[in-house]
Amino acid sequence: MKITKRINPLLKHIVLFACGLMLISSPVVAAGPEEKQAPGRIMAQQATKSQKIWWTADHSKHPILQKDFESGDELTQACISCHSEAENQFHRTIHWTWLADPSDNEREYGKAGNSLNNFCISTNKTTDASCLSCHPGWGTSRESRVNCLVCHSQKNMNFDEAVADIRGFLKEGDEESREIAREIQAELRDAAQDLGLPARRNCGSCHFFGGGGDGVKHGDLDTSLANPSKTLDVHMGVDGQNFSCTRCHTTTVHNISGRVYTQPAATDRKSLVEDDLTNKITCESCHTAQPHKSGKKMNEHTDKVACQSCHIPDFARVNPTKMSWDWAQSGKLKDGKKYKTKDEFGQYDYMSIKGQMKWAKNVKPEYSWYNGVIRSVTAKDKIDPAGVVKVSWPVGDREDPNSRIHPFKVHMGNQPYDKVNQTLLMPLLSGKQGYWNTLDWNEALTVGQKSMGLPFSGEFDFVQTSYVFPITHMVAPKDNSLSCKECHSKTDSRLANLKGFYMPGRDGSKILNYAGWSVVLISLFGVLIHALGRIFSNGNGRKVD
Amino acid sequence: MTTNGKMKNIYLYARFERLWHWLQTLLIVILLLTGFEVTGTFRLFGFGTAVEIHNFVGLTWLIAFAFFAFWIFTTGEWRQYIPTTKKMLSVVRYYMYGIFRGEPHPVPKRTEAKHNPLQRIVYLIVAAILLPVQMVTGFLYWGYNSWADWGVSWLSLQVVALIHTAGAFAILSFIVVHVYMITTGHTLFAHTRAMITGWEEVADEESVGDWEYKSKAA
Repeated sequence: MKITKRINPLLKHIVLFACGLMLISSPVVAAGPEEKQAPGRIMAQQATKSQKIWWTADHSKHPILQKDFESGDELTQACISCHSEAENQFHRTIHWTWLADPSDNEREYGKAGNSLNNFCISTNKTTDASCLSCHPGWGTSRESRVNCLVCHSQKNMNFDEAVADIRGFLKEGDEESREIAREIQAELRDAAQDLGLPARRNCGSCHFFGGGGDGVKHGDLDTSLANPSKTLDVHMGVDGQNFSCTRCHTTTVHNISGRVYTQPAATDRKSLVEDDLTNKITCESCHTAQPHKSGKKMNEHTDKVACQSCHIPDFARVNPTKMSWDWAQSGKLKDGKKYKTKDEFGQYDYMSIKGQMKWAKNVKPEYSWYNGVIRSVTAKDKIDPAGVVKVSWPVGDREDPNSRIHPFKVHMGNQPYDKVNQTLLMPLLSGKQGYWNTLDWNEALTVGQKSMGLPFSGEFDFVQTSYVFPITHMVAPKDNSLSCKECHSKTDSRLANLKGFYMPGRDGSKILNYAGWSVVLISLFGVLIHALGRIFSNGNGRKVD
Repeated sequence: MTTNGKMKNIYLYARFERLWHWLQTLLIVILLLTGFEVTGTFRLFGFGTAVEIHNFVGLTWLIAFAFFAFWIFTTGEWRQYIPTTKKMLSVVRYYMYGIFRGEPHPVPKRTEAKHNPLQRIVYLIVAAILLPVQMVTGFLYWGYNSWADWGVSWLSLQVVALIHTAGAFAILSFIVVHVYMITTGHTLFAHTRAMITGWEEVADEESVGDWEYKSKAA
């Protein structure tokens, strides 16, 4: 009877309770109106909104470019006749010298120096002619002039081949050959008159093919980026922003930003908002360090986690990339002949001249603390062959305020080293004496080390090596970025290998959990026993005197 | 249960007290569910959502607790939590033995003394130690990115997180026992009804000791 009387007060209480709840919660709710777009996107859109490029020079009208060029050097001379400083500038860039720091005579970091990798290992100080196909001169000559067209012509053309053909056909001398030469010359002239800032294809003509083939080296740089979809690269996507490389890789006196060799690509984390002359190579240059909607936890990750870690879920999403290369398996013959086999991607997974190789697609990166510096072993450095030799590795530490967790492609190798001198060895690969021709390690290593000016004891074996590439291209649209649980997970966390800090969801104390649940279960068990006692005894008010 | 068998209704819990009780019930349940998900015990809302809910409800809790603290001190109700050893043994004896024999509760509820000695000590530990520890560790955990600004960089997130987790286990155990104990009234739901309506049916007898009153004047 009292219950019915109390229904109204009860309702009133519920309403009061609900009001109280709302009142109490309101200060927390009142974080402001919901933002439609994250501030980092608005900033970036503003920073890139004016993309109209305009010219004051039409190269097709320049008389100097109207002629039939007979050599590469002649073409370069035509460019220099107006752009008088261009070649001198370019000669001082790493694109030309292939040396990280030309004043460093000790280590000589760089392709043309003592640097090496676990792909084709070394250019043998550029004596390996096959490497020079990517050197921006004409042909594979080290003495040629700068090939301006390879970077600046908007026409898709193999310039080295064109120039070689022109020379060849002109040499033939007959009318038919001269006609063919004139056709190629016309094509070359068109290419020389259609100039501009390097497009994706220009940069890609070398950088997509690092390691000697499409997608071999980087994992986040291959021909799929020539005309990528927005899903593959949200910035370069032709159905989206359609960025060229130079949108981020800006240039000063022909020095292109973004190189990560011995120096970081950027030394400070500033956005254009803070400094309108800062470099534009980092994500934060345009997106700022607090790019997510306000109040989002992701903004509190940017101090320790690089944007790339979450926004590049995996690399090699269209074309496969090489993940390992075992030189020790090379040299096998079938019916006395060199042979090669293909894998599921149509890539060579075995070649007599190169060994066993593994390709992969949609690869999850490995994650390391990284302050922008990559260190590496040079041909001069002693190694410890007992374990996996790190040929290159990211520098960084959790305690270093400039270090953040960054994704990497790690390429594993098995390559020759000198058992006596304890150094990695630089075989010569191409050419008559090269390993690819002879399949003779001893000769290739002897010639190769000699070209480097370095000793070879004659005793060699193979050692496992690793080589890292920071992953920074192939940024996925925001909906495809990583969810929290990819890292905040007890099982299969992407950051399982990063120790030394407590991460919610990944870490915890097993002892505490066992103890905690034991206490809870004991409590539960205790009250159950007590309840049973009450049910089966006459107690608790049910006993009537 | 009673000597004369008569029952009377007393108004035991004020409106705010009941609001606070059920609000904290709701908040604690949400905090436990989301909190254990964040530590990786199970998957329910998804990690990110669990973190967002946990942070929001945790901050709501802090604000709500400030109201509670204000209430308990301005009304003098805090005296209900002053611990005592008097009759403690008889209460323990009652729950271990007497309850099975149908004996009357040695310390019946009265408006001026709504907690028995066992409740006093347990609620004091919960309200004065356990909950503040959870609030402090929870707030620190939430503000991890500001530790340098707050000058507490020397703290270890691991230690803070583990204390917070240990506190959660303690609260969960408390709830298990508490939910069971509320069925030990003269009917299974007598205590529950009291916390909803404010009115509790108690034995009509004068058995509250002077020492139990929150003030001598009352």
